[in-house]
Amino acid sequence: MDAESLLLSLELASGSGQGLSPDRRASLLTSLMLVKRDYRYDRVLFWGRILGLVADYYIAQGLSEDQLAPRKTLYSLNCMEWSLLPPATDEMMVQTSVVKGRFTGDPSHEYEHTELQKVNDGEKVFEEEVVVQIKEETRLVSIIDQIDKAVSVIPRGALFKTPFGPVHVNRTFEGLSLSQAKKLSSYFHFREPVELKNKTLLEKADLDPSLDFLDSLEHDIPKVEP
Amino acid sequence: MEDLTSLKQEDNQEPEEAEQPWEEITAASSQDPVPGLPEPLESEQGPETGLQPGSSPPQSSQSRTSTPLNDLTGLGASSPPSFPQEPTSTPSTLALARQDLWSPWKSDKTTSVIPEARTAHSNHLEQSSDKGESAPHQKCQSEGNTFQQSQQTKHHLHEPKDASHNNSKLKELRLDIFQEEDSNSNYDLDHPEPGTSEVTPNMLEIAIQNAKAYLLKTSSKSGLNLYDHLSNMLTKILDERPENAVDIIENISQDVKMAHFSKKLDTLQNEYEMLPIYETAEKQKALFLQGNLEGADQELEDEILTDAHPIQRCRFWGKILGLEMNYIVAEVEFREGEDEEEMEEEDVTEERDNGDSEADEDDEDELPKSLYKAPQAIPKEESRTGANKYVYFVCNEPGGPWVKLPSVTPAQIVIARKIKKFFTGRLDTPIISYPPFPGNESNYLRAQIARISAGTHVSPLGFYQFGEEEGEEEEEVEGGRESFEENPDFEGIQVTDLVESLSNWVHHVQHILPQGRCNWFNPVQKNEEEEEEEDEEKEEEEKGEEPDYIGQEVGPPLLTPISEDLEIQNIPPWTTRLSSNLIPQYAIAVLRSNLWPGAYAFSNGKKFENFYIGWGHKYSPDSYTPPVPPPVYQEYPSGPEITEMDDPSVEEEQAFRAAQAAAELAAEENEETEEDEDEEDEYD
Repeated sequence: MDAESLLLSLELASGSGQGLSPDRRASLLTSLMLVKRDYRYDRVLFWGRILGLVADYYIAQGLSEDQLAPRKTLYSLNCMEWSLLPPATDEMMVQTSVVKGRFTGDPSHEYEHTELQKVNDGEKVFEEEVVVQIKEETRLVSIIDQIDKAVSVIPRGALFKTPFGPVHVNRTFEGLSLSQAKKLSSYFHFREPVELKNKTLLEKADLDPSLDFLDSLEHDIPKVEP
Repeated sequence: MEDLTSLKQEDNQEPEEAEQPWEEITAASSQDPVPGLPEPLESEQGPETGLQPGSSPPQSSQSRTSTPLNDLTGLGASSPPSFPQEPTSTPSTLALARQDLWSPWKSDKTTSVIPEARTAHSNHLEQSSDKGESAPHQKCQSEGNTFQQSQQTKHHLHEPKDASHNNSKLKELRLDIFQEEDSNSNYDLDHPEPGTSEVTPNMLEIAIQNAKAYLLKTSSKSGLNLYDHLSNMLTKILDERPENAVDIIENISQDVKMAHFSKKLDTLQNEYEMLPIYETAEKQKALFLQGNLEGADQELEDEILTDAHPIQRCRFWGKILGLEMNYIVAEVEFREGEDEEEMEEEDVTEERDNGDSEADEDDEDELPKSLYKAPQAIPKEESRTGANKYVYFVCNEPGGPWVKLPSVTPAQIVIARKIKKFFTGRLDTPIISYPPFPGNESNYLRAQIARISAGTHVSPLGFYQFGEEEGEEEEEVEGGRESFEENPDFEGIQVTDLVESLSNWVHHVQHILPQGRCNWFNPVQKNEEEEEEEDEEKEEEEKGEEPDYIGQEVGPPLLTPISEDLEIQNIPPWTTRLSSNLIPQYAIAVLRSNLWPGAYAFSNGKKFENFYIGWGHKYSPDSYTPPVPPPVYQEYPSGPEITEMDDPSVEEEQAFRAAQAAAELAAEENEETEEDEDEEDEYD
C-alpha cells in the first residue's frame, strides 16, 4: 500500500480480518514519511505484517524511479524505527526452505537445523551431522521475496514501460472497468517477467509493448476461475 | 431468375386459382378455428413465396403505389374486419404486421397459403403466430388443389431462405407480397365470410407457429435470431422513415446489427455496475432505517435475526472467508423448547443404517465372511448440549438472509478433522474428499465452527464458575461438568496479567473428543438396547478407548486454563499481545491463537469477547496430505486349499508314481494305510 493512501488501503484490506490499531496506523504514517525522505525513495509501500510469537514484523518496501528494479526492504518492530534488510539471494532460499513453523519475532533468533553433510576429511568421506544456524533475518528476507514473487500483483495499465527501459507509474490509469476487472488476464505479476519469452509470436503480436511487459496471471497453476 | 418467372406465372394464376380453392379450402378449414389474423399473414406469405423480385402481378397496381409501409400496415392490420374495409394500416397492428410478414419468409409453407389466407381473411382470424401458416399448408396439400402451387412455391421458399441474409431479395419479395396481398385482398373483399373460421384457424395457427419458430431460431454464431433482427430493423425504419429505404436496406440491417452489439455493452457496463452494489446498499439502508440502534451492520443483522426466531441470546461469532463468498456467522441460543425437530430425523436414519448393515452380513454367509464391520454410527448429541450447544446462523453479506446451519454429528467432526477444504461460500456445495464427508458445505462449515469454538473460546479465569452442584466426574456418567454460569463476583483481572500468563484464561467450551462428541458416548450400552449383533471384539476396543478419555490433554473438565494446551512443534498455542504499546493504560489484552489462525480473544479486564476471522482451517506447519486409503482387504485367508501351485511336470509325476508304487508295496507288506492316504492328499 502506498504510504500516501495508507489509511484507505488498510480499510479495504480489513475484510479478511487483518487490521492495525489506530496507534499503529498513526505511527506508520509518520514513520513511512521519514523513511521516504531519508532513503530518497520514489515510493514507499507498506508491504504488510508478519506475525511472530513474541513480536510482529512490519515490513515496508521502497521503490526507486524504475518500478521494476529490485526493491529495498525494511522492517520494524514498532512501526517507528526501520532497519534495512539485505537483498535476497538464491542461497538464502535454499537455506531457509528447511525451516518450518512460525517466526519468533526476535530478529536475532537463530534456527538450528541439523543436516547430514558429507565432510571430506582428507581421503575419508563420512557424514556428519552439522548443525546449521539460520538467522531469522535471513528467513524473513527469503520469505518476503518468495511471497513477492508469487503473489505481488498489479493491474494492467498501472505501469508502463518507456522505450529506454525504465518502468514508470502510469498517471493516467483510472482503474479497470468492471468487465476487465473480472478477467485474470488484466492482472500481472509485479516482478521480472519469466514467461513472456515463451509466448508464441501470434500472442506477442497482440500485446502492447508498453503495457504488456509483465507475466499475466492467466497461466498460473492451479487454474482458478475468477 | 427462372424460378421467379415461373412464379410470376403462378402469381398470375394464383389470384384466379385462389378463388376456386378458396371456397373448398374454406370449407375444409371450417374444422379448425384459427385466430383471425394468421390468415392475412398467410396471404402475405403466399405472395411472398411466389413473387419474383420486381415482378408486377396483375393486380398490383394498388400496392405499387402504396409504400411498403402502408402495405405492411395494411397487411398487418389485416384483421379480417379491417381487411374488407381497407388496407389502410392501423399503427397498432404494425408490429403484428411485421411479425406476420417475416414468418412467411421462413416458413416452409407454400403459397398454398394464399388461398388459405383468403379464408383467413374471410374468417376474421386474428394475426397470430405461424401456426396459421402451416395449417393452411397442410390443408391445401390434403386437398391437392393448390398442390402445384405449393410445389413450386416450395422451391422458392428455399431460395428466400437461403437468401435470408440477402436483404435485397427479401425486400423485393416483401414488396411483392404486399402487392400480392392487395390483389388478394381485392378478392377477399368479394368473398363471403363463412363460418368456416373455426376450421382453418387451427392449421393456420400451426403453420404460423412453425414459421415463427423457425424465425426465432438463434444463429449459432451471433446469438441473434432473424425474427428479432427483422423486427428491430423494421422498427428502426419506421421510426426514421428514411428516403429510398429500399435502396439502403442492407446498410440499415448492418447498422442495426452493430448497434445491437455495442448498445448492449454500454448498458451492461452502466447497469451492471450499479445492480449488485445498489441492491445490497438498498437493503442495508432499509435495515438502518428500521432499527433505532446505532452501530455496525452486524448488530442490525442480529436484530433482524432475533425478530425472526425466538432467540434468547445472540452473538457475533465471526467471519469465515471463502473462495467465492464469505460467511458471517452468528451464534444463537434458542429459548427453551425450540429446535427439537431434527432429533426425530436422526433416529430414523440410524435405524435404517442398522438394518442395512445386518442385511449385508446375511448375504455374505456363503462367501467368506467379511470380517469388516462398519463402525457403528455414533448418535449426535442432544441439541443445546455439547457440540450442539449453540445454533449457528450464517449469511453471505450483511443484509442477506440468515440461514440456519444444521446440527453437527460426531461423524462429521471426525471426518472434518481429516480433510482440509476451502469454503466456496455456497452452502450447498458438495464436499468431495477422502475420507468422504457426510454432508455438504453447510455441514462442513458447522463442523469447523464447532471445532473452532471448542478450541479457541476462552475467557478470563474466574469469569465463569461452575454451578452449585459440583459432583465428582465419573467416566460413565455422560453429564460432566457442563454447566457454568457467570460469576457475579468477578472483579476482573489486570490486563497486564492477562497478557503475561496464559493461566489466567480458561476454556469455557467443552473440548471435542476424538469420538466427535463432547460427552463420552459408550456405544456398548446402546448396543444392548438397539442392536442385536455385537462382537465382543468391538466392546473391547471401545473399552480400550476409554482410557483416552482420561488422557485428553485439554481435559474434559471445563474451565481448564489454556496454559495446558498442547504445543505444536514447540510453538505455544497462544500468543498474547497488548493492543497498543503507546497507551498501555488503555490497552486491551489480545489473545491470538496459533492453532487456529484467525481466532482472537480479547479482554479489557472485565469484559471479554471471542471471535474468529479466517479461512476455517487449523494451522499445521506441514502441508496437508490426505489420509491414505486403508489397505485392500484380504478376501480369503490364504491356506493350502486355495494357494496356487505349479502342476507337477511329467518327470515328477512318474517319480511320484514310482514312489507311490513302492510305498504301496511297502504298505501291503506293512499294511500301513495311513501313508497312502497322506500321499494321496499330497497328490491332490
